[in-house]
Amino acid sequence: MAEMIPVKERMKRNQVPMPEQEPKKRIYNFEEVPLGYTKKQAIREAQRCLQCKVPKCIAGCPAEINIPKFIEKIVEEDFAGAYFEILKTDDLPAVTGRVCPQEEQCQVVCILEKQGKPIYIGRLERFVADWARENNIHGKLSQINQKEQKVAVVGSGPAGLTCAADLAKLGYKVTLFEALHKPGGVLVYGIPEFRLPKSIVKYEINEIEKIGVKVITNFVIGAILSVDRLAKEYDAIFLANGAGAPRFMNIPGENLNDVYSANEFLTRANLMKAYNFPEYDTPIKIGKRAATIGAGNVAMDSARTALRLGAEKSYIVYRRSRKEVPARAEEVHHAEEEGIIFNFLTLPVKVLGDEKGNVIGMECLKMELGELDESGRRRPIPITGSNFVIEVDMVIDAIGTSANPIVAGSATRVEINKWGYFIVNEKTKATTKEGIYAGGDIVRGSATVISAVGDGKIAARAISEFLSSGKSLRKNR
Amino acid sequence: MYKILKKEILHDIIYSMWIEAPEIAQSVQPGQFIILMIKEKGERIPLTVADFDRERGLIRIVFQIVGKTSEELSTLEEGDELYSFIGPLGKKTDIKNYGTVITVGGGTGIACIHSITRALKEAGNKVISIIGARNKDLIIMEEELKLASSELIITTDDGSYGRKGFVTQVLKEILYQDQNIKKIWTIGPAIMMKVTCETTKPYQVDTIVSLNSVMVDGTGMCGSCRVTIGGETKFVCTDGPEFDGQLVDWTEFMNRLIRYKEQEQRSWEIYQEHTHLCKCEKGIE
Repeated sequence: MAEMIPVKERMKRNQVPMPEQEPKKRIYNFEEVPLGYTKKQAIREAQRCLQCKVPKCIAGCPAEINIPKFIEKIVEEDFAGAYFEILKTDDLPAVTGRVCPQEEQCQVVCILEKQGKPIYIGRLERFVADWARENNIHGKLSQINQKEQKVAVVGSGPAGLTCAADLAKLGYKVTLFEALHKPGGVLVYGIPEFRLPKSIVKYEINEIEKIGVKVITNFVIGAILSVDRLAKEYDAIFLANGAGAPRFMNIPGENLNDVYSANEFLTRANLMKAYNFPEYDTPIKIGKRAATIGAGNVAMDSARTALRLGAEKSYIVYRRSRKEVPARAEEVHHAEEEGIIFNFLTLPVKVLGDEKGNVIGMECLKMELGELDESGRRRPIPITGSNFVIEVDMVIDAIGTSANPIVAGSATRVEINKWGYFIVNEKTKATTKEGIYAGGDIVRGSATVISAVGDGKIAARAISEFLSSGKSLRKNR
Repeated sequence: MYKILKKEILHDIIYSMWIEAPEIAQSVQPGQFIILMIKEKGERIPLTVADFDRERGLIRIVFQIVGKTSEELSTLEEGDELYSFIGPLGKKTDIKNYGTVITVGGGTGIACIHSITRALKEAGNKVISIIGARNKDLIIMEEELKLASSELIITTDDGSYGRKGFVTQVLKEILYQDQNIKKIWTIGPAIMMKVTCETTKPYQVDTIVSLNSVMVDGTGMCGSCRVTIGGETKFVCTDGPEFDGQLVDWTEFMNRLIRYKEQEQRSWEIYQEHTHLCKCEKGIE
């Protein structure tokens, strides 16, 4: 057991940095960028935790992890104990430890944040999950009375996986439907290997299957079976099919050959492993000069993927200024380290192509910032006559997603708003049809993995209450 | 899952397979398509459903060897299983009683118009089917089409079977003689569908095409299949695959169809070299 150090000493200590792959090296591979803490580093970071009597971090965690407790176990060098503590509420710790914006959630409320050095909670969570996986430590299956009720979960992204796992732990029979050939949703098709290795996602999904969740892939709800039909066979339903339809700028030239939605570009690269073409059969364009439109996390992922595929220049083109960039600071930092070129205050107006449909450039306008808009950010205004051309041979639209109507179209009396997202009660995630719940991006629009995890937890609790009270969708026929 | 129950070689390079997929067979409608993968490292390819058997839970696909994946698929045998098979995708054909209609099929498009033709006839239409290919050997599913339609006309480019010439010539003659054709469906190579639309345009008969774009997920998630229809961007996978042929931006569609031509060619060559090597090694043993 590592030494408990006095509080004064804890406050003096600095944060333990995370070792990373060198930028010069990593732009040529798809391996993970942060390398993870060693045992020693994890303990050293864990020792800094003040173990607050009234911890604020827990409330900042949508996955409801008892953060001080698992950190204490790290200090005690009881890594398995730390893992079991996390697993009580989060079944995707290696995932959330990597992709959560901790700086906006648990870490921002850490008392040590006041000194500018909050505990690196995410890195510790990641350490624990990785240690458990590498040491073949598995969650214990608790002895729970198996219940007869059946729940269908539509979509196997972070919301669906979490809801399914929580319900299975309560003893319900859970079937998880996935349209693609692999489960994981955005964790497998969207987030790149260098941020979230797919073998890790697969591992954590396998663990969830061991709890008793039945995963059915290649099954498009809304096409093969309607939600209405599901409602006749299951006692409750959780819809978590993701936003999943790409948005485009609607500018001329956007259907040229080498213009991608970020969804397509990343799906080819991540899910289909096009970066290993021709060993894998799915091809992808290797642009020499790639422009990614947008500055969110998906844009950073796209620009960095283009670079790794072999682009000599990879640009981010964003209509607002650096201050408004929505991506995580860490992602922007990594992108800059790797040599991604940022074009702020730049609005694409036309993609230029040759007669074969190949992209040869992108015409843009310079912008300036005006008054505050409805989002509270200064509105970007085009400067007349400032047109200029960026020489590129591929363009990736990473300006967000919208609702895919396939699932909603097959669900009678489950109401959607004008954008196509399900309308839910915030406290229970219940839709307008009793017994059907919804969460994740198909309710929020493009949001984060952890907010989807949070929705899954809330819905699981509400579904359990609904079923425990003797109600069922099947009785509502 | 997705076991190949029956395999037939319709021609040197055209194959038919019945795949076990009970849930899809239950819900599929004429005009819809499926996406399959041969193996985990494979690509997702869309194929229009050629036929289905709800009772036995089977889906029939017909494909021509045009690259690595289709060639590899052709090497699978009865009893083998596909890695992934999803569907039914896309919108179904708008089947109702229009009166007299024409279905035109070229190449493997002949297979695609088969279930549409049958459904149109069952709905009470008089269905004239025109199918064409380069030569006699490439005419597939003749017997099935004969049963499915009210009248079947066959054309071959070289005159080795049926009428000599293109499907569009026959189509033009019919349209010229008969003012009462209500609707036309045409499925085949892009250029054939484009020319068919040009042929029917002066006669102002609704002409529906079924587009075979490059896709990844096939459920509206990626936009790989987008196409301009009457000035608006549409997704073939969720808005189609059938569209009013007169509104299709054919140049853009055909450009996007060969987006990966070079890579596909390279991948196919590597595959052929590899399989050739394997065969040689076996020969030595």
